[in-house]
Amino acid sequence: MPRTGVFICHCGSNIAGTVDIDKTVEASRNFPGVVHADEYRYLCSEMGQDIITKAIKENDLDRVVVGTCSPRMHENTFRKAAAEAGLNPYLLEVANIREHCSWVHKDMEEATPKAIALLRAAAAKAALNEALEAPRLDVEKRALVIGGGIAGIQAALDIAEAGYVVDIVEKDPSIGGRMAQLEKTFPTLDCSACILTPKMVEAAQHPNINLLTYSEVDEVKGFVGQFDVKIKQKARYVDPVKCTGCGICWEKCPSKASSEFEMGLAKRKSIYVPFAQAVPMVPVIDRDSCLYFRKGRCQICEQECPPQAIDYEQQDEIIERRYGAIVVATGFDQLDPTIYGEYGYGQHPDILTGLEFERIFNASGPTGGKVVKLSDGKPPKKVVFIQCIGSRDKARGMNYCSKICCMYTAKQAILLKEKVPDAKSYVFYIDVRTGGKGYEEFQRRAAEEYDVAYMRGQVGKIFPEDDHLVVRGIDSLTNRNIEIKADMVVLAAATVARADAPEVGRLVGINSDSYHFFNEAHPKLKPVETHTAGIFIAGACQAPKDIPETVSQASAAAVKAIGLLSKEKLQGEACTAEVIQSECSGCLNCEAICPYTAITPVEIEERYKDGVLKRTVAEVNPALCQGCGSCAVTCRSGSINLKGFSNDQIMAEVDAICLQR
Amino acid sequence: MTTGTGKSRLIEDMKMNSGQDPNGCYQCGKCSAACPVSAALDLKPHQVLRYLQMGLEDELAESKTPWVCASCFTCAARCPRDIDLARVMEGLRLSILRNRGGNKFGPAELTPEQLEKLPQQALVSGFRKYNK
Repeated sequence: MPRTGVFICHCGSNIAGTVDIDKTVEASRNFPGVVHADEYRYLCSEMGQDIITKAIKENDLDRVVVGTCSPRMHENTFRKAAAEAGLNPYLLEVANIREHCSWVHKDMEEATPKAIALLRAAAAKAALNEALEAPRLDVEKRALVIGGGIAGIQAALDIAEAGYVVDIVEKDPSIGGRMAQLEKTFPTLDCSACILTPKMVEAAQHPNINLLTYSEVDEVKGFVGQFDVKIKQKARYVDPVKCTGCGICWEKCPSKASSEFEMGLAKRKSIYVPFAQAVPMVPVIDRDSCLYFRKGRCQICEQECPPQAIDYEQQDEIIERRYGAIVVATGFDQLDPTIYGEYGYGQHPDILTGLEFERIFNASGPTGGKVVKLSDGKPPKKVVFIQCIGSRDKARGMNYCSKICCMYTAKQAILLKEKVPDAKSYVFYIDVRTGGKGYEEFQRRAAEEYDVAYMRGQVGKIFPEDDHLVVRGIDSLTNRNIEIKADMVVLAAATVARADAPEVGRLVGINSDSYHFFNEAHPKLKPVETHTAGIFIAGACQAPKDIPETVSQASAAAVKAIGLLSKEKLQGEACTAEVIQSECSGCLNCEAICPYTAITPVEIEERYKDGVLKRTVAEVNPALCQGCGSCAVTCRSGSINLKGFSNDQIMAEVDAICLQR
Repeated sequence: MTTGTGKSRLIEDMKMNSGQDPNGCYQCGKCSAACPVSAALDLKPHQVLRYLQMGLEDELAESKTPWVCASCFTCAARCPRDIDLARVMEGLRLSILRNRGGNKFGPAELTPEQLEKLPQQALVSGFRKYNK
């Protein structure tokens, strides 16, 4: 018979307000095997832990049951307290009488017997608990960063500076991401490229950073400390070792395609680098538009290339590597406003999105930095900015606020005034949201010093008339309908998750919210962790955010990754599955269902009558097993036990609850 | 100016008639920007919703807006908050008419059980019409 001690926590009034503690303690004394029962106001406090430690020693307890909050909160606290008294920590059992009882009930008459039932079940299970040891696992001292935008670059630089090797996987031909597309940054009006490109170069030159551009993650297996990742490096058709980035190939290339980097506002060649400061400065050939790949002739780039770096025979390559930690920083897309017929986006060249207008300002952009209308090349005199296109819109768009539009609109209105001094800007807004250092001041400068007319209201219709666009809106502060004959309209289209975010999430094994933004493990206290140990998130793939916030989050994710990589060994899972091989029929359903590839078939020999019989059974690799229990419930003969949650233990709990009634 | 206090029968009737909740509106004004008869309205559509939120029953009852509304549904099609303003207007018209006669009671005062047992709307309307 075990010697069990039961300890019940008041949790202030969280538990004691709904559960009669005295009655619960009294009832606990009568459970089988219980030799000691006590209660305390806050069991998780140092005093509370002392009570447990002392009681174990004084009463020679060999099992402990605590009736407290969820084991997710304080199981570790109490396990350590038990270990302090020399008890194996896995001999302690938590009965969750707060989240599972006091918080969900109002009536003490009903909650008290339920708390007693939960404690009785925990005591019955504890009696069958066994001492367990957690395995110690290796950590691969290498990190993977998925996404080479500012978030990925920052995270990689921080990890590399701490002395660990980092690989950045970027699906585009160059790192840089969205920030490379921007003209200036709010609220200081630094040139975006001027502050980004030094970081891009630093990342490229850092001895600890490997850039895998034009590459995608193909498969992620394994677990924290030992992720086995397959990366597909797409064929560039250019040998990066030979290529000098001289640019003759893309100068001579006769075929063109729409430029992704210029948001489709300009053409690029079929052999191209996305932008002038691309890192690495090695072009790629776009097979879909290349004359040679389409029609089998041309080969001008090959003939013209001085170092003969063109290689049409190049194949996609799969790189297999092991990583200790992964940072996901895959960024965002802009919502396509064609769903709003009333704005006429896509039907007129002077109706642009915010990101497209950004390119119009840029010296290397489609207009060479001249702020002009794409329709006739003349500078716009009246520009209407419309906020919340698809943001805060539960009918046709996204329910959330995209956070950056208020600020970048103020910035673009200021830049416009500087480039075209006689231009007038109008901003239709619902609310102006400027939370951030220096943000409110910046937006007020636009309104007060740059003569930007802020109109509180929305636009109901835009249509072309003669050589301008008629914008019909309302100013809800005067309740007047307003009609503006504009030269250009800029739509602040919502920030949305990348189209391939669901696929990336599935591949890496992290979950996302209903908008496909990746979920942090805790909205306040674990902002860069995910529910999968060893995988961290940074930047706009988690939610819309601006550059300062993205960089902070990237550094935070890097610190978490560094903390992980700096460990000699990781404590593995003690509660792993175990096959009772004498009972196993070898059907291997468990092997098929195991998400961690921890189960493999083995051949064993058994004595049978006078001879020896060979047969195949399942075996669990405890280093790979994460204790999810899928195999245990799949096993048809019930011959897999999850340590700490064995079939006998679960049945003992059920019996203890049922017997009470 | 006063704000409405407590539950307004007119507004509660409107909510029941239309199935729309004016509290969902954040006053972006897109309905008013799109409304083709906006110029002829004494209260713009977004103002109607604001008055509903503030419980300004008398002002709504006196407004011409519900009667000028052409029921073209442009407002409902544009609303980013999924509020069907055309239904709100129709609900208002019904509620204003029904409350004109000084009814002894309205749907807002009845329990759901009582409401279930009430005869069809047409019957009630007929009863109102010929009971003068």
